[in-house]
Amino acid sequence: MNRIFKRPDSLTDANTHFCPGCTHGIAHRLIAEVMDELGITDNTIGIPGVGCCVFLYTYFPIDVLEAPHGRAPACATGMKRAQPDKIVFVYQGDGDLAAIGTSEVIHAANRGENITIFFINNSVYGMTGGQMAPTTLLGQQTTTSPYGRDFQSEGYPIRMAELLATLEGVAYSTRVALHSPKHVNQARKAVRKAFEMQMNGMGFSMVEMLSTCNTNWRVSPLEALKTIENEMIPYYPLGVFKERTGKDFL
Amino acid sequence: MTPRALTKGNIALAEGAIQAGCLYYFGYPITPQNDIPEYLARNLPKRGGIFIPAESEIASINMVMGAAASGKRAMTSSSGPGISLMQEAMSYMAGSDIPCVVVNIMRVGPGLGGIEPTQGDYNQAVHGGGHGDYKNIVLAPASVQEMFDLTIKAFELADKYRNPAMVVADAMIGQFQEPCRLTPAEPILIPEKPWALTGRQGRKPQLLKSLYLAPGEQEAHNLRMKAKYDEIQEHEVMLETRELDDAEIMIVAFGTPSRVAKSALTQAREMGIRAGLLRPITLFPFPEKEIREYSSKIRKVLVVEMNTGQMVRDVRINSHPEAEISFYGRPGGGIPYPDDIIREIKKALKKS
Repeated sequence: MNRIFKRPDSLTDANTHFCPGCTHGIAHRLIAEVMDELGITDNTIGIPGVGCCVFLYTYFPIDVLEAPHGRAPACATGMKRAQPDKIVFVYQGDGDLAAIGTSEVIHAANRGENITIFFINNSVYGMTGGQMAPTTLLGQQTTTSPYGRDFQSEGYPIRMAELLATLEGVAYSTRVALHSPKHVNQARKAVRKAFEMQMNGMGFSMVEMLSTCNTNWRVSPLEALKTIENEMIPYYPLGVFKERTGKDFL
Repeated sequence: MTPRALTKGNIALAEGAIQAGCLYYFGYPITPQNDIPEYLARNLPKRGGIFIPAESEIASINMVMGAAASGKRAMTSSSGPGISLMQEAMSYMAGSDIPCVVVNIMRVGPGLGGIEPTQGDYNQAVHGGGHGDYKNIVLAPASVQEMFDLTIKAFELADKYRNPAMVVADAMIGQFQEPCRLTPAEPILIPEKPWALTGRQGRKPQLLKSLYLAPGEQEAHNLRMKAKYDEIQEHEVMLETRELDDAEIMIVAFGTPSRVAKSALTQAREMGIRAGLLRPITLFPFPEKEIREYSSKIRKVLVVEMNTGQMVRDVRINSHPEAEISFYGRPGGGIPYPDDIIREIKKALKKS
């Protein structure tokens, strides 16, 4: 019989801790599938941030360094400089990358570190129970913005993919979404492109993935998918914001 | 053997790091330690190494973590405020069994403080400046030669015990010049690091982490770390003693005050006062046993520090219960003079 779908070799068979309806699992599978395709699993080191992403080592059968909250891009910098022949990727949530770790990600990007970051944007701090993040949408109710995010007090949601795209060191910055088969396919291509950028020595690559957190959004898994389409994408447009085609930085 | 050359403390330390095989340095500027990154920025690229002027001390220490987790010898250096920013990652590295060397050329605090020499960061270095139940290995040079030698030793101990090691020196030791031989006393041996994260090729995947959630896991981990610290305490104490055999009073001092104490000791002996010195070279492991033994024979102990009294607590805890411990400290950039120490000796001995 012709097998058309299987668990990627770059993913373990561990049961995930992710809530039903969460798209972290899809992001994991896409990364693992692309690692299989590119044949890089043996030479790849993963660095998760803190939060729901931290259990990366349970799900990927690869070498993993656990970084302090927000600091993964700096850890990845040290690791990639020490082992330029290895593939180093970072997996961070929005509390990690877009709040406590903004300095580290901006400067890693600006130096053009030849690393890849997968950035899960679900607009809240997931693991700690759904507090407001810099990515929380205006009006969105969270446990720490119980009356809805108000720009006069909490400012505006931060668009990291666009922000990083302004930096010369960045080879690839894109935003994708994980709420429909079409978008998952697009996300998969972006993951592959990001790894290829690193393999070709092009510099910093980042894929921002709009992801669900139905538990903390207090909606059903199905409604969460619609929330991405109807509320997140209008504020966080999908697309490629920077793509280097040659080593023009030379 | 290479001749001795007049060398600045910070430069001796930086050269010691390179000769120890540290090819990865990440740092952020702060006085009074800027000679270290500047020397390494000039010399590491020439010797096959990597220097990154990081965006912050937080980034510096996390870059160190990445390079060290790769199995490489890596280092950063800073002073008070910057060292405070590094405590988070140092706690992570201790908890993840990742070796590294962190240098603190101490400037006065708290806060922005000033740039004069101090020993105000003793507690931060020795009693763990970060969160959780861990210790740093802490070495305290008192000369330019020791800046070179003890930096090499710090890498050796960090690797041996897979733990952060600190070299702490006050700004004086970092900034002054002395004759120094920039040759390692012993050949440099870098141990194999089978735990390093280098990709799983040919073996099972490996992990460096400090998160332990399952019931009992964290406790077991902490007890294992405790056993490691006990082993360090047992085997790695370094100290210098001078004229303690017949002493009626023992001065305990490290770093710059130990140098001043040596002058005071000579003068005191000329005055007929039998003073001796115990200088801890390792602050952790602290010379507990030696303090206990000497203080049971020499019941007068004078601790001299450039702070308001930090190491004195460790001396007190470890001394014979009947020993009389007195303290003389110059905080905030003040440096003790030999006359001050002699005055304090006389006070302790109730001599005029």
